[in-house]
Amino acid sequence: MIIMSKSKQLLDAKDNWQTDMGAMFPGERVVVRGKDFFTELYGMSWMGLLLYYITGREFSENELEVLDQLWMLSINYPDPRIWNNRIAALGGTTRSTPALSIGAAICVSEANIYGGQANVAAIDFIKDAKNKIDKGLSLEEVIKKELKEFRVIKGYGRPIASKDERIEPVLKMLEEHGYADGAHVKLALQTHEYLKESRFRMQINITGLAAAVGADIGFSAKEYYTWTVVGFTGGITACYLDSLNHEQGSLFPLSCDRISYEGEQERSWD
Amino acid sequence: MTQRNKETELDVIHTKIWREIPEPDNPFAAAKCYCAGYDVYGEILQKASWAEYLYLLFKQERPSESEALLLEKIAIAIANPGVRSHTVRAAMCAGVGGSTAASALIAALTAGAGNYHGGHEVSQMMQWWSACKTDLNQWKKQIENPPAIKRAEVWSDMEHIPGFDPHGESCSLPTRQTLDVLEKTSDGEHLKWLIANRETLEDVADMPLHLTGVIATAFMDLQLQPEQGEILFLLLQLPGAAVHALEQEKNGWRKYPFFGNAVNLLNDPGPNTA
Repeated sequence: MIIMSKSKQLLDAKDNWQTDMGAMFPGERVVVRGKDFFTELYGMSWMGLLLYYITGREFSENELEVLDQLWMLSINYPDPRIWNNRIAALGGTTRSTPALSIGAAICVSEANIYGGQANVAAIDFIKDAKNKIDKGLSLEEVIKKELKEFRVIKGYGRPIASKDERIEPVLKMLEEHGYADGAHVKLALQTHEYLKESRFRMQINITGLAAAVGADIGFSAKEYYTWTVVGFTGGITACYLDSLNHEQGSLFPLSCDRISYEGEQERSWD
Repeated sequence: MTQRNKETELDVIHTKIWREIPEPDNPFAAAKCYCAGYDVYGEILQKASWAEYLYLLFKQERPSESEALLLEKIAIAIANPGVRSHTVRAAMCAGVGGSTAASALIAALTAGAGNYHGGHEVSQMMQWWSACKTDLNQWKKQIENPPAIKRAEVWSDMEHIPGFDPHGESCSLPTRQTLDVLEKTSDGEHLKWLIANRETLEDVADMPLHLTGVIATAFMDLQLQPEQGEILFLLLQLPGAAVHALEQEKNGWRKYPFFGNAVNLLNDPGPNTA
């Protein structure tokens, strides 16, 4: 059998997963990014470990607290009307399992109008904006270019309500931890002022502010987004449990007349 | 206590697909269900094939005979991606560990969703079709200068030409057989063009056509949108994932590859640090 160049890549990887991320030695020890897990990383918080996996860096207690508080204040409401939360609540009301309900809700959090897609685009924008401004562009030029190319600026504007109630408490928390004056946070707030006064009438939302904090902490867009993925779990879990404790099938029941049919009229298959 | 919001009471689901008439004794039980105007339990159930109903659900119109047959052939071609595929392997990992049935399918959807042999690759190729149509020069230009993501998103940039196999040496026999059967079944122009230009495209892309590319092209012949193609591709791969998960659950984890000696740590500090 002749093995050519392209399939050779798979052949080389056959039973040969080369990695510096880590591995377990069953019954003995575990290695994480070149360190002995049970000795060198003993005592690390779960958040610290998650970030160590994502970035390969160890974070200070203050940084970990800021990131923990961002999750706590921003994306963990116990409200089943929020679309990702509602998945878990629907899982609860239909007596599905916790893992299915919470897992599916996390998947759904990778949304465009909020959540994953908005998070990754928001940090990409604010880092890009700062780079451009550092190179001499004005904020106005950066915003106009962004809107011309993408029509939206992720992190500004909000479905349901224009003002984001999380901005104030998060700013307070950032001040307490010395993060309110970061270069990206300041730029995000300047962008907010510009957009609020412009014809777009958009205000900063928590996605925009949190992304700026992420940029100030030094995340790449990919690192930041990966970190946010499981951040929604608290509110999702609350919605699952709340639903589980109600009558089965009783979450926002829809009677037949709640369907607004806008399609073809009745017709015969023959 | 939260005040009931009057607006909420007016919330309705807007749909062109589904209508229901309630039972006289219960507003929450449907007596009649209509799909795009056809009585589902009174008529479709008796008269339609699975492929015809599936097509109706996606397009709200009945398929022609050849369109229904094409959809059925697509469904057969990808019903089981095979026991070595990442999609099915994900489902089997759920099976061997005794995980829930739904998690096996969710696992299959996850591994079958991506840029590499997955649903997102199908939608990417359909977008290429929309951009290049049946213009060989456009295809050549786009292969030489593929579009890149401008603002970061949850998906990564494609690492190969969508619909083609970066690890393939030549176009596999099942891919060619599927292309041949689907082209003969279809009234559309995309599969015909692909048969005529496959080898040229493979030369320019420097990799062979993959089955995902054939399916994406068949979806173009069915005039589906990229997002419809993506989700239909995901859906139609589930039968294989399901049966292999069930089979491996019975076989048990001891008989399933664990790759016990396959992880090679590049930075092992050794046992002495413990």
